[in-house]
Formats: sequence, C-alpha cells, structure tokens
Amino acid sequence: MSDAAPPAIRTEELAKRYGRITALAGLTMSIPAGDVFGFLGPNGAGKTTAVKLLLGLARPSSGEGWVLGAALSDRDAHRHARRGVGYLPELFRYQHWLSAREVLRVHCQLIGLDRSAWEAEMKDALGIVGLADRADDRVGGYSKGMQQRLGLGVALLGRPALVLLDEPTSALDPVGRHDVREVIRALKARGTTVFLNSHLLTEVEQVCDRVAIVDKGRVIQVGALGELLVTDAVRVRATGLENGGQEAMRAFGALQHEGEWLTVQGITAERVPDLVRAIVERGGRVYAVEPRHETLEDRFLSLLEKPRA
Amino acid sequence: MRGLVIARLVIREAARRRLLLALLLLTLVVIALTGWGFSRIPTITQRGAPLPEVQVKLVASQFLIVTMFMFSFVLAMAAVFVAAPQISGDVESGTALAILSRPIGRAEFVVGKWLGLCALVAIYAGGAAAVELGVVNAVVGYAPPEPLAFIAFVIAEGLVIMTLALLLSTRLSGMVGGVIALVLFGIAWIGGIVGGIGLAFDNAGITHVGTATKLILPTDGLWRGAVYALEPQSVLATGAQAGPASAANPFYAPAAAPLSFELYVVGWVVVVLGLAVYSFHAREP
Repeated sequence: MSDAAPPAIRTEELAKRYGRITALAGLTMSIPAGDVFGFLGPNGAGKTTAVKLLLGLARPSSGEGWVLGAALSDRDAHRHARRGVGYLPELFRYQHWLSAREVLRVHCQLIGLDRSAWEAEMKDALGIVGLADRADDRVGGYSKGMQQRLGLGVALLGRPALVLLDEPTSALDPVGRHDVREVIRALKARGTTVFLNSHLLTEVEQVCDRVAIVDKGRVIQVGALGELLVTDAVRVRATGLENGGQEAMRAFGALQHEGEWLTVQGITAERVPDLVRAIVERGGRVYAVEPRHETLEDRFLSLLEKPRA
Repeated sequence: MRGLVIARLVIREAARRRLLLALLLLTLVVIALTGWGFSRIPTITQRGAPLPEVQVKLVASQFLIVTMFMFSFVLAMAAVFVAAPQISGDVESGTALAILSRPIGRAEFVVGKWLGLCALVAIYAGGAAAVELGVVNAVVGYAPPEPLAFIAFVIAEGLVIMTLALLLSTRLSGMVGGVIALVLFGIAWIGGIVGGIGLAFDNAGITHVGTATKLILPTDGLWRGAVYALEPQSVLATGAQAGPASAANPFYAPAAAPLSFELYVVGWVVVVLGLAVYSFHAREP
C-alpha cells in the first residue's frame, strides 16, 4: 500500500456515553490500509463499543470516524462503504435452523454480491475456515468453535477491504487459534486491513503490525509493536572488566551481574553502542550484546497500572 | 431490495422450525372436527321432524361464526408468538449484529420482517378460512354471503395484531412484548363488548370507551367486519328486532364496517409500522 492511500479507519475524538457511563472517551487513531491493527484492552475497556461505532451499529455521542473513507455521520455513504467491510461479532449466533451454506448465501445477498459470484465466494470462505465438509449441516448442530469458524467465513465473504474481528479466538482451541492467525496472515498478504479486537496479548503480538492499548474507554498508547515494546535493557557478555570497570557502567543504568553477563536496565537503544565502547575502552572484551525487549504483557500491565496507581 | 432477503428469512424460519406444519396439522384437525359438527346439523330434529332448510342455514351460520372466532383467535395468538420475538430475538442472539453491519438500513430490516410476517399471516388465515368455508359448503351446502370480505377482514385483524407485536419487539423481549400484545388484544375485544353495552343502555360514556378501544387497537372492529360478512339476511333481521342490545354480542355485527374505519385501519398499520422503524433506528444492538 502506498502512503497516499487513505486510511482504512480514522477516528477523531470518537466518544460514546450511556448516560453517566463513558464507554469510549475520545478515540483518535488512524489505521493505514493493509495494516493488521490490534485493539487491545481488558474486558470492559470499550473495545466492542469502538467496533460497533465503526460499523454504524451504535451512534457516537461525539466525535467523528471514517470507515473506508465514509464518515459515520453520512449514513448513506457509510452504508455503501459497508459493502467492503467484514465483521465477526464477539457474541453471536447464526440462524440455527439454516445450514452454513445457507447462512453464507444470505450474507452474499445482504452484501449485494453478484449472484454469479456466490458459489465461488462461499466455496472460498468455507475452504479458508475449514468447514467445507460440514457446509450443509444445520448450524444448530455446530460446536462453539465451528460457529466461530462460520462467523469468520461470513466476515471474509466478498473479499472485503476491511475485516473487523471481535475476539475471534475466544471460543477456539489451540489449533483453531493457530488457524485464525493463519487466516489473518493470509488476509494481510492480499492487502486486507484487519482490525483485531482482543484481550489475548500473545495473539496480538504474533500477528499485528500496530497496536492501540485501551483502558476505561481511553486509548493509552498507540504505535507500532516495535515502538511500543521499548528496548529498556541490554545484556552484555564481557570479560576483562575488573569490578571498578563494571561499576563505571552504572552511568548507563541499573546493573545486574550474572557471571560474565552484565544486564544494564533502563538504557535506551541509542546508548547501547556507547555502552559497548565504554566497556572496550576499559579493557573489556565483548562477546555478545542482547537487547532485551519488553513483552507486550509487561507493557500492557505497566500501562494499565499507571493510571490505577 | 435487501428487505426481501429478510422477509424470505422470516418465512423460511417459520417453515424450518415447523411452525407452519404444526399450525397446518392442528388446523386440519379442527376443520375435520368442525366439519363433522356441521354435517350433524341437518340430522337435528325438532318434535320428531328434521329442521327446515332455513333453520339449518341459520344454525350453520351461527356455528360458523363461533368456529371462525376460534380461528381468528388462534391466528392472533400465532401472529403474536411469531412477531413478538422477531427483532428482540435477533438482537439477543447477536444475529442482528451480523445482519445490520451489512449495507442494509434499519428501515429495510424492519419492513422486511413485516413483509415476511404479512405473508405468513395471509397464507395461514387465507388458507385455513378458505378450507373451512369449503368444507362447510360441502357438508351442509351453506355459504356465507361474503366469503372474500370475511377472509380479508380476518387477514387484516392478524396483520394489525402482528404489526403491534413487531413494534413491541423493537424494544421489549419476545415474552414481554407478546404478553402485552395479547392483553391489549383481549382488552380491545372486551372494549367492543363494553361499547355494545353502552349502546344497549344508551350510555354515551360507556359507548365512547368502546369506540376508543376500537380505535387504539382496531382488532375487534375488524372482527365485527368479518362477522358481518358471515351473517345471512335472516340473522341481521333477527338482530334488528332485538334492538341495540344485540350490539353487546361479540358474535354479532349489526352493520358493515364503514369505509372510514377501513381507511383508518390502513393508516393505523402504516403509523405503527413507522413507529417500529423509528423505534428500531434508535436501538443499538
């Protein structure tokens, strides 16, 4: 995707209040087309509210948002834009008296796909989510995981430019989770923007390019995973540094010794070369330098704790 | 139009969940039983002699009205049971989320539901009434004066109560909305009787109560229109002799429903359906 492409999703101070309860407070973000964007937060943070606002299922109390270029406030344009949007709700049940194929056909009709394309679209979706063998069974007989797969298949119909997935792996076993990650990667490969709502950090960490962390209806941080997960420590294996030499490294951060390994905490990535030079200047021999990334979980917890403290 | 996709879903659900089948089988049983009952009328004897032809027709006409009252009641109940959870059920199950995130407007969704329900009401009411009338005609040779008008009034009665239940369904759970719709249906029926009592005793206040209930929910007014379509001249003549007191009889109508009332019913349905669309516009599933 070129930089000139309009963002798939953009919001400005998008807010939703239910009486005195603020479900979402001033969400401002921009998601470039083709990104896999993780929307991360604890239960009740306002993630589902954000998705419902973006889909026109709920109306914002204030602020504005654009989905595939169509403003939320422009109902007709937004409705038209939804032809290019696939959505997997968090809690849902399809018509249990229909077969999976019939559910997909209904959605082909609702999207407004050309009748000639239905069969190919349905076959494609059923194949991707692994339901081809059970396509003619009633949805009522499906397990929770199969229903989730069907939901994902419905969201993929019509090759949407944007797919919003609300907790897509919540009902799935490890194999199912792996499959969903593969589907997300396949979507990214064909240029689809994916908005992934989740409270599962590993899932987000594995597939997302960028992440917003939300809590209590507010975005507390947005950025590329690499930017969010700052390198805050570095481990160095060095010999030939007498004690005094090691102590001199305190200028770079808090120290921890483990034999030949020295961990310097609180050091920024830019200062790592300076650290190495300082060790060498004091006669040390450097065998290894390992930047230590914070995990998303560490970052998430530290961000959530700050406002709560 | 995407509303038609929704309408077809409503019909398919009724077929798949065996609602239509259950109603069809039960209705056939009732038609068979009442058909047998009608076939016994000519065997009634009075002082050893069979009833004269005129009497047979009179008894048949009255029995037909009572039978059809039961049908219209079953129709109203079924229409409420099907319509009351239509929208609330989709919202509760999350089906509405998946559907409304598609390029479909709220109005299309509500009107689509309504169209599907209209088809169900018309199929059931039209089919059941036509078969019953046919059976009666076959076994006792009696045909009411205006069978098509009768079927039209019964369908309209079903549509009115169904539209009300659909409006309630935009805000209330199926159970609550269904109970409210049925209670209102009962009140309208009683209101019709109360209004008749007011007429019988020439009491303007009580008559107005009857008129008001007839306007708030026009099901009883439509039922009276249906009854009138079933009444032969002899019954109307007897009723006229009994004077205004006969108006309190819920199985009797002294006069045809005026055109103004029929137009009012059309307006009522349009307004209530409009309210349903408006109400669902503001609902956030």
